[in-house]
Amino acid sequence: MKFKLKVWRQANQNAQGKLVDYDIDGINADMSFLEMVDVLNDKLIKKGEDPIAFDHDCREGICGMCSMYISGRAHGPQHAATTCQLYMRKFKDGDTIYVEPWRARAFPIVKDLAVDRGAFDRIIAAGGFVSVNTGQAQDANNLPVEKAFAEKAMDAAACIGCGACVAACKNASAMLFVSAKVSQMALLPQGQPERTRRALAMVAQMDAEGFGNCTNTGACEAECPKEISLTNIARLNREYINASVIAE
Amino acid sequence: MATAAKSNSVFFKSSIGKKVVMGLTGLFLISFLIIHATINAMIFYNDGGVTFSHWGHFMGTNPIIRTLEIGLVAGFILHIVDGLMLWKQNHDARPTKYAYSNANANSKWYSRSMGLLGTLLLIFLVIHTSHFWIPNRANQFIHGEELNLYQMMLDIFQVWYIVLIYVLGCVSLFWHLLHGFKSAFQSLGLNHTKYNKTIDIVGTAFSIVVPLLFASMPLVIFFGLIR
Amino acid sequence: MAEESNQTITDGLNSKIPGGPVGDKWTTYKRNVKLVNPANKRKIEVIVVGTGLAGASAAASLAELGYKVKAFCFQDSPRRAHSIAAQGGINSAKNYKNDGDSVFRLFYDTVKGGDFRAREANVHRLAEVSVNIIDQCVAQGVPFAREYGGLLDNRSFGGAQVSRTFYARGQTGQQLLLGAYQALERQIGLGNVEMFTRHEMAEVVTIDGKARGIIAKNLITGAFEKHFGHAVLLATGGYGNVFFLSTNAMGSNVTAAWKAHKKGAFFGNPCYTQIHPTCIPVSGDYQSKLTLMSESLRNDGRVWVPKTKEDAKAIREGKKRAEDIKEEDRDYYLERKYPSYGNLSPRDIASRAAKEACDDGRGIVASGFGVFLDFADAIKRLGVDVVKARYGELFPMYQNITNEDPLKTPMKIYPAVHYTMGGLWVDYELQTSVQGLYALGEANFSDHGANRLGASALMQGLADGYFVAPYTVGNYLAGEIFTKAIDLNHPAFVEAEKSASDRQKTLLGIKGKRSVDDFHKALGHIMWEYCGMARSAEGLTKARKLLQDLRKEFWSDVLVPGGLNEFNPELDKAGRVADFIELGELMVVDALNRNESCGGHFRVEYQDEGEAKRDDENYAYVAAWEFKGMDADPQLHKEPLQFDNVKLAVRSYK
Ligand SMILES: Cc1cc2nc3c(=O)[nH]c(=O)nc-3n(C[C@H](O)[C@H](O)[C@H](O)COP(=O)(O)OP(=O)(O)OC[C@H]3O[C@@H](n4cnc5c(N)ncnc54)[C@H](O)[C@@H]3O)c2cc1C
Ligand code: SF4
Ligand code: FES
Repeated sequence: MKFKLKVWRQANQNAQGKLVDYDIDGINADMSFLEMVDVLNDKLIKKGEDPIAFDHDCREGICGMCSMYISGRAHGPQHAATTCQLYMRKFKDGDTIYVEPWRARAFPIVKDLAVDRGAFDRIIAAGGFVSVNTGQAQDANNLPVEKAFAEKAMDAAACIGCGACVAACKNASAMLFVSAKVSQMALLPQGQPERTRRALAMVAQMDAEGFGNCTNTGACEAECPKEISLTNIARLNREYINASVIAE
Repeated sequence: MATAAKSNSVFFKSSIGKKVVMGLTGLFLISFLIIHATINAMIFYNDGGVTFSHWGHFMGTNPIIRTLEIGLVAGFILHIVDGLMLWKQNHDARPTKYAYSNANANSKWYSRSMGLLGTLLLIFLVIHTSHFWIPNRANQFIHGEELNLYQMMLDIFQVWYIVLIYVLGCVSLFWHLLHGFKSAFQSLGLNHTKYNKTIDIVGTAFSIVVPLLFASMPLVIFFGLIR
Repeated sequence: MAEESNQTITDGLNSKIPGGPVGDKWTTYKRNVKLVNPANKRKIEVIVVGTGLAGASAAASLAELGYKVKAFCFQDSPRRAHSIAAQGGINSAKNYKNDGDSVFRLFYDTVKGGDFRAREANVHRLAEVSVNIIDQCVAQGVPFAREYGGLLDNRSFGGAQVSRTFYARGQTGQQLLLGAYQALERQIGLGNVEMFTRHEMAEVVTIDGKARGIIAKNLITGAFEKHFGHAVLLATGGYGNVFFLSTNAMGSNVTAAWKAHKKGAFFGNPCYTQIHPTCIPVSGDYQSKLTLMSESLRNDGRVWVPKTKEDAKAIREGKKRAEDIKEEDRDYYLERKYPSYGNLSPRDIASRAAKEACDDGRGIVASGFGVFLDFADAIKRLGVDVVKARYGELFPMYQNITNEDPLKTPMKIYPAVHYTMGGLWVDYELQTSVQGLYALGEANFSDHGANRLGASALMQGLADGYFVAPYTVGNYLAGEIFTKAIDLNHPAFVEAEKSASDRQKTLLGIKGKRSVDDFHKALGHIMWEYCGMARSAEGLTKARKLLQDLRKEFWSDVLVPGGLNEFNPELDKAGRVADFIELGELMVVDALNRNESCGGHFRVEYQDEGEAKRDDENYAYVAAWEFKGMDADPQLHKEPLQFDNVKLAVRSYK
């Protein structure tokens, strides 16, 4: 297979970036998108050019590190998949493929396609946890959890923190990510004592990081590789309303 | 854990607070639309405006309604100001735009265009109120008398481009509602597998029926079906 | 320090195993451990390199205790450590199923599963704290699978005869890590931990024989930074990527452990490598990594190849499909060879059996290296829906990669490198042979002997981080309360920084012709060929020579693009591959030294009709290697292993 790539190249956070064209040939349909970029990079290196910097690690859709906006979509055209799970068979021979980094004020570009998602960590640090020190736990089965809730909590917990929701959202909103963690904890008995504090603190941090607001377009849910549901955002709204308006 | 103050100003400045205001005022305006549409629909009695004027008079003079009207104006202003604030926040959140974006693959254009549709509606609102509401209230204020709204309607809707503007306004309203109705529920956290379907159906039906009803009024008048 | 009545000090190694019966050792240790008072803890700085299960749990726990912690990881967030990839589950001797499990049985199974090459005392401690781990994780909100009654669900995993594995869908590692990560972020938020993401440890700094800090590279700016610590904990994961293709994440590396090794930390049992039987076979040269299909698939899937080479060839050439092979023409070789364990035979055994079948010319993928994992019977027995629900995430994942639906046609699998039992040698306290330098999780050699049981690595990582290191590191730090923070201009820091930065300059300056990946692939080929599933003296000897040549070639012909003071992933990779090449040689040396077959180490010379033949007489020891210089042979130190509670026996799964 043969492709024309238009890749965003930017030396560092403050540099001016631009799209650069690359032609690539001899691509196997069973290659993953990242393997295709590997092949391109190998060529660039051997030509003495600077290879394209991008984030990746597990290459099996679980670490949340890979992050490319491909052909106008976060993680590319494959539904419910990360960039590393995208295979070239998804494209047509001869396609022109745009490759850009996640774009959001809260995710500054490190280089080329790699961005800094530290904002997500800081949101978690603000309240995305249960305050339990090592050794303070009671026996695990002292805390039964209704299966349906456990399942829903697990659905929400499946978020890999990739940031595709932010990238896909026209407002660069982090609401889906935040709602997933708030929901997981709100659904579990372990999360109850800090429920209001958590919702308030995480939303405050989310806003401080400069993410946009949610206007319920649903783009995040549609592009989320882990299919985190919009119902979580509704739950986050409830949690927040409850925490700030109703709770004493 | 950073303690966020629970004061109301924090709430209203927060992302979710803004959404909630948007949703609440939206629903409030939707309820106004119901009343507005119902009363205007009285013209379909085709009784020379008798029924219409009766209710119009009630709305224009009843003290409770007049008080609520202040709320309505406030609702509009809040909805608009909040919308502008949202637009600003969301605009700033992505300083560099994508060179190529295929957003239609993940969301509806009208969901993404609420700001635009809202602006169109705002322009329409200015035109519309300067046709009826402002002159009428001004007259009431200055002369203590209501204007004959029915007659004004018959006059104004004789001009084709005004009718067109009204129809286009209703089209904008349709798209705005199609997203806004359901969105308001979601923003308020009212999302429940048991009721989502209902909200969905009611929302879509509402977005079609109300604008259609409104759009039909200038049209029937323009074509002389009602006099 | 705990009393050490029967401690073993041999050959310069002191394993510091407390005295008394195995079941009391940890209790005794804890009873006697030295404590640091809260006021002093605040003055003590601890460096934790790595934020996987082991590192994140250790960093959080130490910070909760009041130490000042600095944590490092090379990814952009601590949440992305390779621990997230674990699918299957985590063991714990909770005996919630009332099926006869106990701390002793988990201990016993682990020692036996490790083919009697693990330290009894460590394993017993691991089994003891396994119970606390589940409690801790549940309290953190880890969404483990539950039954309708609301209590925790368990499954049997990796050939265990009891159901002791806790799991969170196919995301156990991810969820456990998120628990630890959130605990860590909480401490970061409280200001007790300073987090350095996109930082790679480049050197350990030792002063007067004690670890006193590290040199870390800021991967974004390329700058080297000096960090002081009263103790340094390495929780940097395994080194499976020495094989280039493995189930490890792309960034998994040996660099931190290797730098420690060069600074005096002994490397334990480097040759013990676990090859996982159920991975997606290699499909082409471009391939960058191998994907593991959870072992749980073997609960319902049946492994087979055609009985005849002809049929296999026809399948390889696409002339026949799996469905065309009649039942009586199929060889369900695991069921045939190991009737009592069948498809659930331990990993090393199942892997080797697959290799044998393929070496026999009966492989079923184009390359010749692949076997079937067939769900047709399970579907018949349970129905499509049950099977689909059971492997909800795995089947679509497989289909996405291979473009084949396992519900319709058998999966194709082949063994791949998965885990490294070897690692930095540590004593009972998880301290390496350098004082104040600790190794936790997969980075150490400790608890799995020559073979790791499924669902035990997560357990070990969290045991080390939550429940062991906080005590044992404290025991050391109690002696360090008078040590003031050392000036970063101390010559030891300056030298270490210089050597790290010089090395990078050298790499950039070579400007050869071959890319880093070229070398990595070449290394992988050598390791897989000669130091993989089957090893021989002849092959290993050859491999050593090849590796030495490869090292020379690397340092004269590698091409690293870009510059020093910028985000330069290729440069970082070059450094890692350079270390891998050196490690590869040590693995080969170790494999050559171990004239026996045990667990993940199979020497073709030592077998009984295809079954591994251990030599307890001569090799019941841990091989701890000391670095003696780049061109000198490493020195072997032996830590004899004593088995007082588990009877040495042939590990039979027939
Ligand atoms: C695909 C797969 C599936 C698995 N499934 C299971 C399972 O079901 N059950 C089970 O028990 N085990 C399983 N394992 C094994 C288990 O996941 C790992 O052994 C374990 O998670 C290792 O944890 P760790 O904390 O030691 O290291 P890791 O999680 O690998 O973390 C290493 C950390 O060190 C950091 N680091 C490394 N080098 C440096 C450096 N030079 N400088 C700075 N930081 C550095 C990294 O950034 C990272 O934070 C599986 C492994 C794989 C590969
Ligand atoms: S919610 Fe989905 S898209 Fe957003 S960070 Fe989590 S996994 Fe990624
Ligand atoms: S590289 Fe880990 S999710 Fe893609």
